Amino acid sequence: MTRHPKILLFVALLACAALSSLAGKVSPYYYDVIIGIGINIILAASLNLINGYTGQFSLGHAGFMAVGAYSSAWLTLSFGYIFGLGTLATTTTYFLALIAGGLMAALAGLAVGIPSLRLRGDYLAIVTLGFNEIIKGVIQNAEPLGAQRGLGGMVQSTNFFWTFAFAALTVYVVLTLVHSTYGSGFLAVRDDEIAAEAMGINTTKYKVLAFVVGAFFAGVAGGLYAHFKQFIHPEGFNFLRSFDIVVMVILGGMGSTAGVCLAAVLLTILPEWLRVVDDYPWLPDWLRPITENRMILYSLLLIILMLTRPQGLFGAENLKRKSA
Amino acid sequence: MITPLLQLDAVTMQFGGLRCISDFSFSIGDGELVGLIGPNGAGKTTVFNLITGVYRPTAGKIAFAGKSVIGHRPYRITARGIARTFQNIRLFSSLSVFENVRAACNMHLRHGISHALLRGGGFAREESEIESRIVELLGIFGLTAERDVSCRALSYGDQRRLEIVRALATRPKLLLLDEPAAGMNPTEKIELMKLIRFTQEKFGLAVLLVEHDMKVVMGICQRIGVLDYGKKIAEGTADEIRHDPKVVAAYLGKESDA
Repeated sequence: MTRHPKILLFVALLACAALSSLAGKVSPYYYDVIIGIGINIILAASLNLINGYTGQFSLGHAGFMAVGAYSSAWLTLSFGYIFGLGTLATTTTYFLALIAGGLMAALAGLAVGIPSLRLRGDYLAIVTLGFNEIIKGVIQNAEPLGAQRGLGGMVQSTNFFWTFAFAALTVYVVLTLVHSTYGSGFLAVRDDEIAAEAMGINTTKYKVLAFVVGAFFAGVAGGLYAHFKQFIHPEGFNFLRSFDIVVMVILGGMGSTAGVCLAAVLLTILPEWLRVVDDYPWLPDWLRPITENRMILYSLLLIILMLTRPQGLFGAENLKRKSA
Repeated sequence: MITPLLQLDAVTMQFGGLRCISDFSFSIGDGELVGLIGPNGAGKTTVFNLITGVYRPTAGKIAFAGKSVIGHRPYRITARGIARTFQNIRLFSSLSVFENVRAACNMHLRHGISHALLRGGGFAREESEIESRIVELLGIFGLTAERDVSCRALSYGDQRRLEIVRALATRPKLLLLDEPAAGMNPTEKIELMKLIRFTQEKFGLAVLLVEHDMKVVMGICQRIGVLDYGKKIAEGTADEIRHDPKVVAAYLGKESDA
């Protein structure tokens, strides 16, 4: 951990602004993939706070994402013109809606954090999975949110700047929290709850806090997603989406922010990259099936990676024993 | 009469049909070094778990500095000034030696989450204060060189010492040591006893030492309680205990048979 995280964050934000000016130069396909990377970094880094650093096994991150996506989309759709019509006005509404979406998700995180006080391991995973499905079920039946039809018509306000600014902020918050005496509470809870309590650490507070902070950023990621795709559907936030994020955390290495971000990048690119065969007509024909079967190949690569590096790409050696 | 630092009054602990501790009364005064001995399964660790709030007694009273601790969560009891070590070492296994002790400094933080996030001058000052305290404690216990080593790489004796350092970092008034000499060789044991004596005097602590190695306890404790099948069968100085027929029967007798 650097001594000057604030300066780094500032530099990162400037870089995001610079990156934003390049947006017009990339093809819409790459634009889509790159925004996807940013959103996945937010999701994976925030889930890592819950699963990696605090050791609570949550399988409901897409649920928090859904709460954020639908809250922010509903807000911009309902109050889109409250500040007027200009770019500045829409951006302000958009920004406020993102934060509000994050806060709603944080509230949901609080609600899910409470069972985590009594449950651990597999049992908590099942409860969070159930929460994810409940959220999806509620949205599927909520007429004002479009129910089964999905919700569309949001302005595309999400761009490189917002996506990567929030990604940088997520990484900043997770790292500054964890690398401090205050944040050593998260790690102590993960390693040994009984010992943590005996050392005066309020384990309840840290578990709930991990869920609240993690859910907040998942909610923001949902808001970014909703205002990028301009259409959201409950099925986009099912447990498979949650699994994707969990895979990023495990593959990157539980409790390693750098590893988890790298995994978010790799796992966003990999399924796309396997399509590449189609772009090169000179490649031999026997390679063609790769494109059609790329999800099988993708799964195979995951299995190979997990067999060769069970602690994850950047996972600390000392966590290997626990995850194995 | 002065209220003792810790007072257990007719404490009973029942797990279903098993009465683990029955009618146990005991007290520890300020700055006193007291031992609690007993054969395996006598209920020594259960007494610890009762004092630190892991279990809630079925009956009886436990008061620390005159106030009841029954029903409080363990972290609150630690905040009141009772720290402990564990019989089966419970260090934070993925953390370094330094980070283990730092986690125990968590409860005394003056600033909360906002300081950790904003990283202002106050944060840096407090973190460096904490760091110098940890360095001092590690120095006393001869762990300075191992500061950034993973705690699992420490030798068994060092791990036990680190547990004591970690407990001291919570700034306790009463330190509960659960078989701190378990698994140590005789030289290490003697050294540890000196160290316990030293810390007790340096920090002005009261210490309750659970042991089943008689020599360890007899050597340093001012007063010793003997527990057998959940009942206190004797209490007194080392000499009194040594000659108590009940203790000899329950404990020493068996040992000399072996």
